[in-house]
Amino acid sequence: MDRKHWPLFEVFIRSRAGLSHRHVGSLHAADADMALDHARDLYTRRSEGVSIWVIDSKSIVASDPDDNPELFEPAEDKIYRHPTFYEVPDGVENL
Amino acid sequence: MTEATNNEQLFEYVVRIADNALVTGQRLGEWVGHGPELEEDLALANFALDYIGQARALYTYAGEIEGAGRSEDDLAFLRDSHEFRNVLLVEQPNGDFAQTIARQFLFEAYYLRLLDALASSNDERLAAIAARAVKEIRYHLRHTRQWVIRLGDGTGESQRRMQDAIDRLWQYTGEMCTADDIDSWAAESGIGPVPESLRDDWNAFVDDALSEATLARPGNEWMASGGKEGRHTEHHGYLLAEMQFLQRAYPNSTW
Repeated sequence: MDRKHWPLFEVFIRSRAGLSHRHVGSLHAADADMALDHARDLYTRRSEGVSIWVIDSKSIVASDPDDNPELFEPAEDKIYRHPTFYEVPDGVENL
Repeated sequence: MTEATNNEQLFEYVVRIADNALVTGQRLGEWVGHGPELEEDLALANFALDYIGQARALYTYAGEIEGAGRSEDDLAFLRDSHEFRNVLLVEQPNGDFAQTIARQFLFEAYYLRLLDALASSNDERLAAIAARAVKEIRYHLRHTRQWVIRLGDGTGESQRRMQDAIDRLWQYTGEMCTADDIDSWAAESGIGPVPESLRDDWNAFVDDALSEATLARPGNEWMASGGKEGRHTEHHGYLLAEMQFLQRAYPNSTW
């Protein structure tokens, strides 16, 4: 283990009941429990959240930007996948 | 008992709680910019502000009880060391990080129990202040307890420092749960708990954390005291000198 620096954690906050957790940033901590404490101090001091998730950053598997052409571009010309052919009824706010 | 005497005692009782909060807040504030990591630096600064907030509410109330027109600032910045009633533990220097953690842990294990009891005080104002503070301190204690365990059950170096810090500060822990006349008056009046009634719980909580941290409970039973009467250790004067300098050098200055 690298004893010079604390490991990095990613922080997710749920801002209120019913919404999903959103990534808000990252921080260094001695371990996962301490990461939760630090996340509380750094990201919820102005009542931003009702729930916190932290995860060791190295546990996240990320896509490679070089793969973007084959991963994302094929979807661009398939407009029939987008729900743009429906009338949105009045009064629907969260679509 | 006349109301005047009652007020003097209540003033004294509220001021000693406020002094504990202010001195602790000042000590924690000394860490700003010097924390071992940015995240912990911010945690300690948050804690300092919680304490200063508590001190402000308590001093404002104390000033009203006294009725002599002293404000929170007058009580914080214009009293000398012998007029401060904080326990000796909280004025002890920050030392290394382990010493700060040990001081906070040993004090907050007591302070949380005191606030819990004060939340059901006969004195409504004190009960309201305590009810708010109890949530802040419950979090502080959770954090400092985690550190005691991580440092104690960490590397050889961190364990040595943590044990050394606990050993060094142990002699200042007896005063908190030992009643004097003011404490006894408060307990009889239903304003505060009997300090000794908090001791078993304090011991159980501290022992549990020490054993999880693979640290030894110090054997010495001799305890220093004097803080509640205004007889402080040499560190207190230096703390006040830094904290009060501005108001002493430039009276009534504001910015």
